[in-house]
Amino acid sequence: MSQPVFHTDEVTKVYNTGDVQVFALRGVNLDIYASEMTVLLGPSGSGKSTLLNILGGLDDATEGSAFFKGMELTAMSERQLTTYRRDHVGFVFQFYNLVPSLTARENVALVTEISPDPMLPEEALAMVGLENRIDHFPAELSGGEQQRVAIARAIAKRPEVLLCDEPTGALDSKTGVVVLEALSRINSELGTSTVVITHNAAIQNMAHRVIFFADGQISEVKVNKTRLLPHQIEW
Amino acid sequence: MRVLDKKLFRDFWRLWAQSLAIALVLACGVMILVIAIGVERSLSETQSTFYERNRFADIFASATRAPNDLKREIEQISGVSIVETRIVQYSILDLEGLSEPATARLVSLPPMGEPLLNIPSLTTGRMPDPQSSNEVVVNSTFAIANNFTVGSSFHATLNGQKRLLTISGTVLSPEFIYLIGPGAVMPDNRRFGVVWMGYDALASAFDLGGAFNDVSVRLTRDANEQMVIDELEKLLAPYGGTGPYDRSMQTSHMFLDSELKQLKAMGKAVPPLFFVISAFLVNMVLGRLITLEREQIGLFKAVGYSNAAISWHYVKLAMGIGLFGVLVGWAAGISIAYWMAGYYTVYFQFPYLIYITSPDTYAISAMAGIGAAVLGAAQSVMKTTKLSPAVAMSPPAPTRFKQNIFDKIGHFMGARQPVMMIIRSITRWPMRASLTTIGIALSVATMIATLFMFDSMDIMMDSAFFQANRQQATLSLAQPQSRAVLADVENLPGVLRAEGMQTVAVRLTNRHLTKIIGVEGRDPGMDLSRVLDAGNNSVVFPQQGIVLSDRLANQLDAQIGDTLDMEVLQGQRGHFEVPVTGVIRQYFGIGAYMDLNYLSALLQLQPLVNSVNISIDENALNGLYEQVKAAPNIAGIVRWDQIRQGFNDTVAQSSGITTTIYAFIASLIVVGVVYNSARILLSERARELASLRILGFTQNEVSFILMGELLFLTMVAIPIGFFFGYLMALGIVESFSSDMFTLPFYISRGTYGFAGVVAFTASAASALLVRRRINRLDLVAVMKTRE
Repeated sequence: MSQPVFHTDEVTKVYNTGDVQVFALRGVNLDIYASEMTVLLGPSGSGKSTLLNILGGLDDATEGSAFFKGMELTAMSERQLTTYRRDHVGFVFQFYNLVPSLTARENVALVTEISPDPMLPEEALAMVGLENRIDHFPAELSGGEQQRVAIARAIAKRPEVLLCDEPTGALDSKTGVVVLEALSRINSELGTSTVVITHNAAIQNMAHRVIFFADGQISEVKVNKTRLLPHQIEW
Repeated sequence: MRVLDKKLFRDFWRLWAQSLAIALVLACGVMILVIAIGVERSLSETQSTFYERNRFADIFASATRAPNDLKREIEQISGVSIVETRIVQYSILDLEGLSEPATARLVSLPPMGEPLLNIPSLTTGRMPDPQSSNEVVVNSTFAIANNFTVGSSFHATLNGQKRLLTISGTVLSPEFIYLIGPGAVMPDNRRFGVVWMGYDALASAFDLGGAFNDVSVRLTRDANEQMVIDELEKLLAPYGGTGPYDRSMQTSHMFLDSELKQLKAMGKAVPPLFFVISAFLVNMVLGRLITLEREQIGLFKAVGYSNAAISWHYVKLAMGIGLFGVLVGWAAGISIAYWMAGYYTVYFQFPYLIYITSPDTYAISAMAGIGAAVLGAAQSVMKTTKLSPAVAMSPPAPTRFKQNIFDKIGHFMGARQPVMMIIRSITRWPMRASLTTIGIALSVATMIATLFMFDSMDIMMDSAFFQANRQQATLSLAQPQSRAVLADVENLPGVLRAEGMQTVAVRLTNRHLTKIIGVEGRDPGMDLSRVLDAGNNSVVFPQQGIVLSDRLANQLDAQIGDTLDMEVLQGQRGHFEVPVTGVIRQYFGIGAYMDLNYLSALLQLQPLVNSVNISIDENALNGLYEQVKAAPNIAGIVRWDQIRQGFNDTVAQSSGITTTIYAFIASLIVVGVVYNSARILLSERARELASLRILGFTQNEVSFILMGELLFLTMVAIPIGFFFGYLMALGIVESFSSDMFTLPFYISRGTYGFAGVVAFTASAASALLVRRRINRLDLVAVMKTRE
């Protein structure tokens, strides 16, 4: 295996809600490697989203540290985190989060305009198979198409990591597969480390590695000897 | 408490900042309504009560010398109820502690009994003994300004004789509620007063025994005023009568009336502006709230709340905002109206103030205020009734955007995506963008329409005080005298130059239009006081003809080349045909001017002068004052340099206060509009903006999308506001101008600049308030939630 892109050291996250302390993460140690496709699997509340948020620079850890290529994310200022997200991370959300007033191309351009080494918006859209829909507004696209625009937007900056939070959660299985194909293609063609959160167990079969979460801890790590192609997955 | 009402209170609590911003705008409208109507009614009521109790006359006239017997004939005129004849003269006063001479209007009191008309009300002391030759009462404000009390004395020159007069009391009169000296443009209580004394003393001093030179008439209820005026004029004509006039031309009444009219106009015109803006703001805020609570509304319906109950719930929210605004407006209105009424007593001398707190003012303002809020809510509330429960509980369809011409322009200009978002937001909701723009524009306009008056006054002052009237003082003579008097005046100590003119009362008639006015006969070479044309060039009078001020020309519908009938109302009366040879712009008063030689030729007299303009050597002032105080034939002196100073001070003081107040009110409107727009934009876009933050946009870049739109709209609104302000100012110039003064229409760049800067600053400040919320956006929540 190559160098780890992410490394976490005893990451703990506690939420104080009134008098109750909720442990979202309890000392998680994890490495994620370059060009790897990782699936984080686990029930709601198991801590996988919290970890993703910390890796993405959206949230901070209560204890422990998280590193991106040796840089300590947990020690960065808000401004540094913004730069980190801007230059290195691509996000894909469950509900796409496209800007409704911008067309597909413009939603992608939103990111390419502020990135140091972006691809053309058209190029990114072609990678997700939307070259014919570039001038459509989100309201004129199907759910699967919207999610693929979101993926194009995420990869257009050529990020080192792509963080996907339930990317197929709002889609039916057929559309979901098209989205997964886009993710898989980007992982293999661009070598982008991809972390996918899901509680859909079927998706684990396309990952290099599957990390199981339970009660804020890693309960099991499984390495897939053989990976399925997205179109072979069904749910 | 019912559950929906609990929700109501919590909604209030949540929306407090936005509600407050709306309520304050609404409060401004309510406040102005309460002040304008309250002060106007109080002053009107005080005026009419004072007029009634002290029998203010309906018709006024003067003559040179009319026999007392004529009074009986006047009483015979049909429609006349009471007649009072008096002697009215001017006198120079020598007051202790005042080096320059003061001027008094002397008014006779009947030899026996109380005056029948224009009865002075005693404020201190007692009325003078009618038989006494030196007991007088003076108007209270003059006494106060000069520290006079009962028993104080001062010197007055009565027809050349210096007398020591003793004050037996102080009074206020319905005739002099607004007191302004002859030739003056501002009240000056120190240097001009009214002195009442016994008829006999005045008659002997001015050699008017058995005669009068001033008459006041009170009409019966069913009198025909014009007929009485005509009859009275006929009776007085042989005795130097100068044309009777009604209350509308009585100086004090004229000033008070125009002030009341302005208050009334303000009460009608200004508050609706604030109510409309408030209604629009309520519409915006409630519209957004209802969109956000769509699913709750669906739920309420699903569990069985009626449309009426749900509508009522939101209407109550609007009413709450309205009620709060009304209460704040009342509180501010009451305290400011009280202060303003006090302020008016500085300029208007009433013995008492009847402060009317009319319940209907409060009822009207409450209805208007709450009504505006409810009206603003109506459209959004109607929307809730149309939602079916099932549709309401599912999320709204995403907003549809379409490409349009602005997109093409944006793309062509290479606009970045945040800019495209701004363009689309504006073009997708053009109504909202326009209303925001109009709201800001109105606040800019409000500032311009009020603050431009100081620009106008600058022009007025410059024109009247520095271009036209360059004399340091004007002496008025007790009797018209030949031009030889100018040499005498020039021989007075310190007088550098003296220029005379004669004012003759005439009636000018053009077809059916007629106006009584004093026509000024001027020597062609006059250089101190000049008649100027629009370009501030001295008008050269042709040897024959009359020059009119523009307002007078308008009133007579006269143009250059027309011939007017000029009826001379004094001395050897007669009708003359005079051609109009010029029309000039004049800001103070109205005027008619002629070459003195031409006027004298018409009157078939030697040229005479009755007032003399002088320039003075400042170092010799005291010597001049001494001589003027003692001169028998000088009836008064007006110091123009003091008028200039007084006017400057008053304008500077009131401009400071007014500018602050209007900048504050305008800022309130801008904050109300921009803050609410920003909050709503943020609420609609929170998720979008948070997503951008996750994608790596900085706080500044994200704020730009929100603030950029509002600041862009502000930048568009400011020039529109300039235009609105220009139109409003034009209307104000029309409505403010009267025979007393004509407001020139002029808005300086400074005024535009100030209004623009205040609006932009207020807008930026409100946007910044909302920016803090952008900094606190919850990025994690966005990952999971769906709007």
